[in-house]
Formats: sequence, structure tokens, C-alpha cells
Amino acid sequence: MTTPNRFPEPYYGGQGSGANLADILERVLDKGVVIAGDIRINLLDIELLTVKLRLIVASVDKAKEMGIDWWETDPALSSRARRDELARENAELRERLARLEELEPGRAPKEAP
Amino acid sequence: MTRLRYVYAVCRPFRTPLQAQLTGVAGAPAALLHHHGLVAVVSTVPEADFCEEALKAHLEDLDWLAATARAHQGVVDALTTVTTPLPLRLATVFRDDSALRSMIEAREDDFRRLLDRLDGRVEWGVKVYLEPEPEPAEAEPVAAARPASGRDYLRSRRERSHAQEERWQRAERFAHSLHGRLAERAEDVRLHRPQNSAISGTPGQNVLNAAYLVPRAHSEEFVELVDRTKDEAPGIRVELTGPWAAYSFSGEASGAQDGAEAGAESGVHTGAESGEGPGVGR
Repeated sequence: MTTPNRFPEPYYGGQGSGANLADILERVLDKGVVIAGDIRINLLDIELLTVKLRLIVASVDKAKEMGIDWWETDPALSSRARRDELARENAELRERLARLEELEPGRAPKEAP
Repeated sequence: MTRLRYVYAVCRPFRTPLQAQLTGVAGAPAALLHHHGLVAVVSTVPEADFCEEALKAHLEDLDWLAATARAHQGVVDALTTVTTPLPLRLATVFRDDSALRSMIEAREDDFRRLLDRLDGRVEWGVKVYLEPEPEPAEAEPVAAARPASGRDYLRSRRERSHAQEERWQRAERFAHSLHGRLAERAEDVRLHRPQNSAISGTPGQNVLNAAYLVPRAHSEEFVELVDRTKDEAPGIRVELTGPWAAYSFSGEASGAQDGAEAGAESGVHTGAESGEGPGVGR
């Protein structure tokens, strides 16, 4: 790493940079001025997210290489996992509904005439 | 398509123009909104991506999050070269300019106070890593590695873990002493949680992850000080990042003053956003 002759010379993004994505996320998600905008994001949710993200963001590929992929099945972290879970829940509910309808045919929902 | 206003930072008016092609999140150009003697740096974003529902989903999409975080940081970074911005947290979004103006009016005292405090200062990030344990020398005879008895095995295991413990303690002592020296040159400090290096792809264990608020005028000196320490301790790596906008010092306005004094004197983090001290990264 070279010493800048003139200020400012960013270290991140340049050669020999030490800043990784985790450094950036650490700051833009966790630090900075908090203002409640018109679009309300539950900061608690985000903070919870970042705690988990901190573990995984810097290099997802690397983590996958290491066989660490639990977030893919964690509905809180993966939209795919959430979709899967929704689909599963949906199927389960349909099944239960079908069973109930079989048990009590008289109470099955009827189309209004 | 409905458009929303995404805000990156609040600054005092500045003369140097922003770079012409400065684009923010979602590729839209960054613009300035002047109000009550302050400047909000904004861009237009599609509601389809930044309404509550969409944002919630996006924030869990690592690729989207990474791109947005980099774009946000890109704008704040560009501002840092021309003024002292007060960086806002990612995804601060307003319906329109008039909502944004109302927010500025409501918070202008806070903004002014923070801007005064941070004026002419930048943040430097310093991380200390304990390098991965060196591989055992290949020349080492295989016989030596194979324990003759259970007792030998236990002893060699104990020795190994003892050596590891010693390496860790040495790294902690180094981090502590470095932090002390850097804190002396900084107006304020924050200790962040060590990053999980195993997964971050950064080799070694992160022992210290700290941010220092340093006047621009003293930055060169600060950087040189960090550079000088780099070869001080074998098996330990020091990484410097910055200059960042003062993200780590833009948090709660209250308590910031206490943090400034206590932090600079003792090198101990007192801010509200408490990271853990050195040594909890393992």
C-alpha cells in the first residue's frame, strides 16, 4: 500500500485495498444518520438481518465453497426459501382443506347461485 | 411509474461541482436539493423497487443489497472529496421533495450540530488480523508428527493449543497497543464487531475492527503511523481502509460528545453502537 501524497486518496477500491463488501455494509446498514423516511423499513429487522449478513455477505461464493449455505433455507434470509416455504404451506393447507371437505361434504364451500 | 426520492447524505452547501456522471442507486444521477441552508443529496428511484414491500424483499437479496450499498457508498464517497457529508443510512426514501424538505426542517438542528462536529474530518478503518497459522514445515519428519503413545498425543495437542493461545494473546496485545496509539491521534473512536474472516474470505482472524475520526489535515500522519506498524509484529496483519465519510460517528447525536472525550482519552469505546472489544472475534 502506498502513502498518499495528496489528500484525499481513497484506499478502498484501489490497489491493495483493504475494504471489502463487509466494510461497506457495516457502514451503510449499521452506521450513518438514521432518519425515518416515508418508506418505513423496520430497522430492527434490518439490524437482525445484518447480524446474520455479517457472517455471510463478504463472500457468498466462498461460504458456499465451504459448505456454509444455511441462509438459503432460512426464510428470514432467502426469498427463495420463503417462496418454498409458502408453497409448502400452501400445499399443506390445500390438503387439509380437501380432507375436511371429504369429512363433511355438506359444509364444503358452495358457489353462490 | 411513480418515483421516490432516495437521500444519500446531508451537507452544507459546497462550491465544487459533483462529478458530472455521478450515478446513485438504480443508476439514476445524483442531484442536490437546497433547503434552509443545507443540501440533501438525492436521486430518483422507482417506487416498484423502493416501496416498503419491495425494499423488504430486496434487502434480503444479497446481490441487490451489495449493488445498492456500493452505489450508496459511491455517492457518499464522491461527496467526501468535495465536502464533509453526513451520510444517511442505506435506503432512506421519501415520497417527494416536499416530504424531504419537511424532514430537513424537523432535523436541521441535529444536522447542523453533527456537521459542525464532523467538519473537515474523515473516518479511517483499521483492522488487525491474526494470520493463519503457518503450515508445518514439510521437512519435518513424519515420525515426529505421529505420537508414540496416547500420552504423547495429548501432550502435543496441549502444546499446539497452547501455542495457538499464545499467538492469539500476542495479537490481542498488539491490537490493544496499536489501538491506543491510533486513538491518541484520533478525535473519536468506535470499535466495531470483528468480522468473521473465515467467511469474509479474508485470511486470518479479525482481532480488531475499529474506526477513527481524524481531521483531514492529520490524515497523512495517521496513515503513515498505521503503515509503520505493519511490519512490527510477525504473524499479524494490519489493514487500513478509508478515508470514509464519518459513518461511524454520525449515529445518535446524543452521547456522541461523551464518546469523543472518553474514547480519545482511554481508547475505550463508549458509544451507543457498541461493538465488542478486541479479542472477541474468535
